Amino acid sequence: MDKFGFTISKGRQIDYDLNDRFIAEYIFEHEPSFRLCIECGGCSSTCSTGQFTLFSLRELHILIKRGENDKARQNIRKCMLCGKCMLVCPRGVNTRNVVLLARQAFQKENEHAV
Amino acid sequence: MKIDGKRAIWSEYQKDIEEDHYFYVRSCIRQNFFPGSEVAFLRIMRDVLKKDVYEHPCHTTCSGIGYHGDVVPVDTAMTVVARQFALMTEAGYKNYVPSCITSFGLYTEILETWHHFPEVEERVRKHLRNATGREFNIPGNLAHASDIIYKFRKEIAAKAKYTLVNKETGEPLKVVDHIGCHYSKMFPSKGVGGAEYPYVLAGMIEEWGGEVIDYPERRHCCGFGFRQYLVQANRGYSVACSREKFESMKPFKPDMILTNCPGCPMFLDRWQYVINEMEGTTYGQNGEGIPVFTYEELAGLVLGFDPWDLGLQMHQINVEPLLDKIGIEYSPEKKFSLNTDPAVSKVKHFAKAVY
Repeated sequence: MDKFGFTISKGRQIDYDLNDRFIAEYIFEHEPSFRLCIECGGCSSTCSTGQFTLFSLRELHILIKRGENDKARQNIRKCMLCGKCMLVCPRGVNTRNVVLLARQAFQKENEHAV
Repeated sequence: MKIDGKRAIWSEYQKDIEEDHYFYVRSCIRQNFFPGSEVAFLRIMRDVLKKDVYEHPCHTTCSGIGYHGDVVPVDTAMTVVARQFALMTEAGYKNYVPSCITSFGLYTEILETWHHFPEVEERVRKHLRNATGREFNIPGNLAHASDIIYKFRKEIAAKAKYTLVNKETGEPLKVVDHIGCHYSKMFPSKGVGGAEYPYVLAGMIEEWGGEVIDYPERRHCCGFGFRQYLVQANRGYSVACSREKFESMKPFKPDMILTNCPGCPMFLDRWQYVINEMEGTTYGQNGEGIPVFTYEELAGLVLGFDPWDLGLQMHQINVEPLLDKIGIEYSPEKKFSLNTDPAVSKVKHFAKAVY
C-alpha cells in the first residue's frame, strides 16, 4: 500500500467450483426442511441477537448454501438458540436445528482437518 | 484450442480491408508506452510491403480517452473526429487506419451513430464548419492497424526470418492473444472474427508458426478500463482484473502474450511487476514473467528487425529469454544504448553541443 498507494482488490465472484458445500450438504441430509427456506428474512427480523449485533440468520443460510463457509463460521456462535425464528418462519423450517447442525458440521470439519 | 466451432464463427465475421493508400493516425499513449511499435508499423508497410501510408502532422487526439474517461461530451468527441476526417479528405485519402483500439471503437461508434441518425451528422458538420471552416467525407474504409497487418500476414510470413517456434524442441510457441475491448465488443461485425473469438491476432500467430492458447478468461478486460486506472484509488480493480487473467492463463504455460491495444500491453506487462512486488507471484516459467508484445513488435521480430529498434528494452518483463528461445540474434550491450541508429547519434551530438 505504501509503495503503490493501492492494493489488489479481492474478487467478489462466488465460485461454486472452488467453494466447499459440505456444511450445506450435511444440513440438507439431517434437516430436509432447510431446502424450503425462501430467504424472506422473517427469522432475521425477529432475532433478538440480530437486534444488537450484525448477526443475520437469513445471511447465514445464504452463505452456507453458497459454500462461503469462512464468513458463516465467524457468525454462527452468535445465535442464542432461543427459537423465535422458528415461530415466524412461513415455510416451517426448523431454523434452530439448522444452526445446531451447522455447528456440528463445522466441528466435524475441524476434526477432519486435524 | 478446439478450433472447429471457432472457424465457423470466424468465417461469419470477415471485413473488407483495402489493399493500399492508407491515412494512418497515431495513438495518444502508445508512443510513451511502446515507443517502437508505430514506427515499426510504418517501416513494415513502407519498406517491406511497399504500401502508401500517409501521416498528417496536424492530427490530434481523437478525444476517445477523455470520452471513455467521462470528461469529454459526445458532441465534442464527434466534432474532433470530424476534424480528423477533414484532414484525411484534404490529403486525398479515403482509407482511415487508426493505431489505437479505443480510437477505432470511437470512430466505429460515431460512424454508426451518423448512419442511423443523419441529423446528428449534419449538426456535427455545422459545428466543424463554425469552428474551423472545414468539410469532410466519410471514410470509404475504416480498418484498425492490426487489421492491416492481419491482411498482409501471409506476405510477412513469406519474408520472415524467424518463426514462432522453439528452436531447441521444434515445437510451436504457446501464444496468448488479447484483443482490446473496443475492437469488436461494441460492434462485432466490425472486427475480424467477431467479438467472442476474434481472429485478428490468432490469424497472425497461426501464420507465423505459433500455437494459439485458449483459456477461460480470454475475453476478460486487461484491467485498464480508463476510470479504473486514471483514479489512483481505483487501481486495485485494475490490477485485480489483470491478476484474474494471469491466474487463468498460467496453467497453460504461455510463452508470450500478444495484444493489439495501447492499454493492454502496458497493463499486462507492468502489472506483472506490481503483483510480484505485492504478492511475490510470477506467472511465467523459471520464475520469470510472461513477455507481452504488440502485433507490430512481433511482426518486426519475425521479419528480423533489431529487437532494440523495436523498443523491446522498454518492456517491464525481460524479453531476452523468449528471443533466445526463438533464436533471434541481438546484442545485449546495445540494449540501453541509443547509438544504434546514426540519425539518433546525430541528434545526441547536436544536443550536447547546444546544452
